[in-house]
Amino acid sequence: MENKAARHIPETVLKSLALKPFSGVEIGQPEVNYIAHQVNVTTGENKVVDSIADVIKKTLKDGMTISFHHHFRNGDYVFNKVMDQIIALGYRNLTLAPSSLTGVMNDKIIAAIKQGVITNITSSGMRGSLGDFISHGGLKQPVIFRSHGNRARSIEEGEIKIDVAFLGVPAADPAGNANGQTGKAVFGSLGYALMDAQYANHVVLLTDNIVDYPCTPASIKQTQVDYVVKVDEVGDPDKIGTGATRFTKDPKELKIAQMVNQVIVNSPYFKNGLSFQTGTGGAALAVSRYLRQSMLDQHVKASFALGGITKPTCDLMDEGIVDKVMDVQDFDKGSAASMAANPNHVEIDASWYADPHNKGAVVNNLDVAILSALQIDTKFNVNVMTGSDGVIRGAIGGHQDAANAKMTIITAPLVRGRNATIVPDVATVVTPGSSIDVVVTERGIAINPARRDLVAALTKVPGLNVVSIEALQQAAEARVGKPKPLAYTDQTVAVVEYRDGSVIDVIKAVKD
Amino acid sequence: MSYVQDRLRRTMMFVPGNNPAMIKDAGIYGADSIMLDLEDSVSLPEKDAARLLVYEAIKTVDFGDSEVVVRVNGQDTPYYDEDVKAVVKAGVDVIRLPKTESAAMVHQLVNDVEAAEAEYGIEKGSIGVMAAIESAKGVMHAMEIAEATSLMMGLAVSGEDYTSDMHTKRYPDGQELLFARNMVLQAARAAGVYAFDTVFSNMNDTEGFYRETNYIHELGFDGKSLVNPRQIEMVNSVFNPSQADIEEAFNVQNAIAEARAKGSGVISMNGKMVDKPIVAKASRVLATAKASHLIDEEGNYLGK
Repeated sequence: MENKAARHIPETVLKSLALKPFSGVEIGQPEVNYIAHQVNVTTGENKVVDSIADVIKKTLKDGMTISFHHHFRNGDYVFNKVMDQIIALGYRNLTLAPSSLTGVMNDKIIAAIKQGVITNITSSGMRGSLGDFISHGGLKQPVIFRSHGNRARSIEEGEIKIDVAFLGVPAADPAGNANGQTGKAVFGSLGYALMDAQYANHVVLLTDNIVDYPCTPASIKQTQVDYVVKVDEVGDPDKIGTGATRFTKDPKELKIAQMVNQVIVNSPYFKNGLSFQTGTGGAALAVSRYLRQSMLDQHVKASFALGGITKPTCDLMDEGIVDKVMDVQDFDKGSAASMAANPNHVEIDASWYADPHNKGAVVNNLDVAILSALQIDTKFNVNVMTGSDGVIRGAIGGHQDAANAKMTIITAPLVRGRNATIVPDVATVVTPGSSIDVVVTERGIAINPARRDLVAALTKVPGLNVVSIEALQQAAEARVGKPKPLAYTDQTVAVVEYRDGSVIDVIKAVKD
Repeated sequence: MSYVQDRLRRTMMFVPGNNPAMIKDAGIYGADSIMLDLEDSVSLPEKDAARLLVYEAIKTVDFGDSEVVVRVNGQDTPYYDEDVKAVVKAGVDVIRLPKTESAAMVHQLVNDVEAAEAEYGIEKGSIGVMAAIESAKGVMHAMEIAEATSLMMGLAVSGEDYTSDMHTKRYPDGQELLFARNMVLQAARAAGVYAFDTVFSNMNDTEGFYRETNYIHELGFDGKSLVNPRQIEMVNSVFNPSQADIEEAFNVQNAIAEARAKGSGVISMNGKMVDKPIVAKASRVLATAKASHLIDEEGNYLGK
């Protein structure tokens, strides 16, 4: 059948996974029920153990669902340590349900799939060898991709029922109070992991740093934790994040960033109380440099900055231009340190951040989101999941969620190498065009015609080259030509959900 | 593309002729002129490949509103003849001759360009030339170089080679270039052609860049050669007229319109006669204001 994003979704996939097709971006006001989780009551003594294997044996059975967070990014030691034990103990048919997957986990997951240890995966995304493996039909069951907000919703509503959450932390006390801000392998906000801690039947912390009771701030609380496992190292501090994310020097990215800033400054949202979320891509990040100057020049202060946070965003807070930083994840050490030092730098969980089925998430209060894209089509649909070869190499992250902002701006170069970025149809629809307002490329900006207010506000800005999305697509095609259509097999290797859990698109295995 | 004698030329951005990625995007930054380089930035084994690349780029790449200049290899090199032929055939706007030391060198270039125009069926005189002054001899002959041809677009000071010829080097205060800058500028003004200052290559010294740009703007240069697109905005901000300058320019325009309406040959403003240099200045100010988006289509001031 064809869903509301005009994508063909096989009935068999909808039926076997019991999912509904995407029917629009409006969430409405449905009444939903959250599930409860199992509690193994203790007084909190004797939670500390040395053996990962013992904890696994006590908590895990074949067919269960296990989860991890990805806050250590490419410096993660926890995932592989735990998976080594699970594989060695001969478990079968597990569902892997992490907040996302990073490159250091790829080899282990492929091995676990080949041995039948992992038979289902849900994640925000995947890249590298794992994406390639899945796109070539390596896993029988389709992977389910969910945004960060959708994962929170799925956990609350029981679509992801976590049996055991293995959560690495840089500091925990013997009772299980823990945070991401103290110790050696600090990463700052524990935002995504807080969902697992709240809803998993068993919560296992792994740490290389057991501190005196009570460990505060207690992002994860002792009330939630079953075991605290002492390990030698949880992560490589140098690979978790750089010291401070640096602004790009690429003149094309700076040009795009400058254009984005012009869009923001000339929009109705540029006034005191402004709120914004910038991605971490070169251009998106550089926007904050230009935005800073415009805010200083025109005496505009922001009420908050949201999202994955970097040091340059924290600097705006320190300078007094941004009142608060609402932080679900930190991308560099400077940002992680800022959270520990500044009470206006606030740790938020994934539900508070972006969940569509709660009583209001921060993304609902967001004015401007600046996001990147692999592809954008003439219907403004965005693909952040599959490459020009059809292979999985991305993550939804908070893309669909932040696109809930009052003005969502997508930044992308018109072409990348020999590939057009603005295309007639994206390979995979991740964020629907109806939630995208402005597309900024170095050759011009396109405004979603549905946003007549923005068309009126931006068309007359001198120097801002406003064109139609079709014109951008044709300009891209004139430069790089028309590619041959991608060849896929009939096998559905992944399902892309919209934030409400409906199916917005499917990803087929590539035919080589 | 075709050569236009009078236009805004605040920024001349150097782009290595052997770098396809930079050439392909050169048009997006709003440089007044883009100078594709076949000379110093291209190593000897790459000379032919770069020439081919630049030839194809001029024919196919969208450089926006920028004027396209090519710096060919010097007349004392075996690459010069082929360079001139290729860029003439491609339809470049302006050819920049490096290490120009005499009017004779300019005459040689014009002859070669005209021969190539004839060979490829291009209208004679559709390509401009400019001369880079890079030696003591070039500086001493600046006047004859500037006047050598009616196709002369302008003169550019090239500081690196010149300072080496003068047995010195670049210093932050620019004293070593004082004479050359003023000679070239005087010659250009006397001949009625454009004058360009040399590059400033330390991208980390923003303060130094502004100091130098303010200085050459004060002297009266039309523009500056640039090595990085990030410098374009910086130069433009120095060259931007003030709100008062813009208002004054509008007043001059109104006075002209009034005089025309009255059928009067004499333009007067506030009781004073408006002469040719003032009219020229007003149109320069308004062209710059428009290019920098300091005024909208109705002429309303938009700057800070």
